[in-house]
Amino acid sequence: MSQADLTMQGHSASLLAGTPFSMPTKKLAMWLFIIADTMTFAACLVAYGFLRNGTPNWPTPFHSITNVAIMTFILLTSSLTMLLGVQAAKAGDKAGAFRWTMITAGAGIVFALLHVREWLGLINEGMTLLKNPWGTGLFGASFFSITGLHLTHVVSGIIALLVVGLRYKGGRYKADDIEILGLYWHFVDLVWMFVVPLVYLLNRSR
Amino acid sequence: MAIAEQHKDGGIGKYVGVYVCLLALAGLQFVIALQNIDASQMFTRMMLVAVVEAVLAVMFFMHLWAEKRGFVWFVAVFTIFVLLTMQYGWTDSFRMRVGAPFSSSSK
Repeated sequence: MSQADLTMQGHSASLLAGTPFSMPTKKLAMWLFIIADTMTFAACLVAYGFLRNGTPNWPTPFHSITNVAIMTFILLTSSLTMLLGVQAAKAGDKAGAFRWTMITAGAGIVFALLHVREWLGLINEGMTLLKNPWGTGLFGASFFSITGLHLTHVVSGIIALLVVGLRYKGGRYKADDIEILGLYWHFVDLVWMFVVPLVYLLNRSR
Repeated sequence: MAIAEQHKDGGIGKYVGVYVCLLALAGLQFVIALQNIDASQMFTRMMLVAVVEAVLAVMFFMHLWAEKRGFVWFVAVFTIFVLLTMQYGWTDSFRMRVGAPFSSSSK
């Protein structure tokens, strides 16, 4: 019996106590990160709402909501495909889990491309961070910062999906890791459900 | 294996149902956007729909419903508390609208 074993015997009950809420440490860490990130997005959206409410000449430049509707549909569907991937991983279907994870990543890429295309369209119309042809310059700053922060999360999620998916297929990661990544992806989708009405639909031109 | 398959099928059916609900709620937000109502009414209705969507996504897609009740309360209480405390500045926003000093509408 080693010295370490002798030491542990007296303290094992406390040192090896169950994790909070009987949840695996990695999963709890992801939940805590999600809660913290929720606060970040909430702060950005509340600040945006404060500015929009208090500024008389707030622009409403979105003539068409078709693009954002397509983006919303893609992101919602990617949440479902992520869920199917998690279910497949838990059932031991490695090939199925990998396939659904890659489909989710593909949907994320399409979403990101549509988002960048929209940004380029607005920039072409003369919108920048500090000014635009329709009203207060605050609109550009708030729009690009909120949607940019969300897009950063989407791109990070796509990279994570590709890396975790490939490593899961190679046997380095387990089904739990796919589930934890799924939590993050659903969070990204959840944030979009608030960004769309506040940033796009309320600023639809009438 | 048979039990796992059965559980899997039942689970997928439930998730597809939640997905369809989320799509319908998202569609409802777009319908609200096309209505001829004032901004505050539109905002209230859209936010209500968004909150319902969020609850469905968190409970079912993120499996919070399947976690221990203590954890559900932990997430809900801390998140909602901080979200509510962020709302303290709205009186200032409304003050800006009616021409408070240094606001753009006061001359």
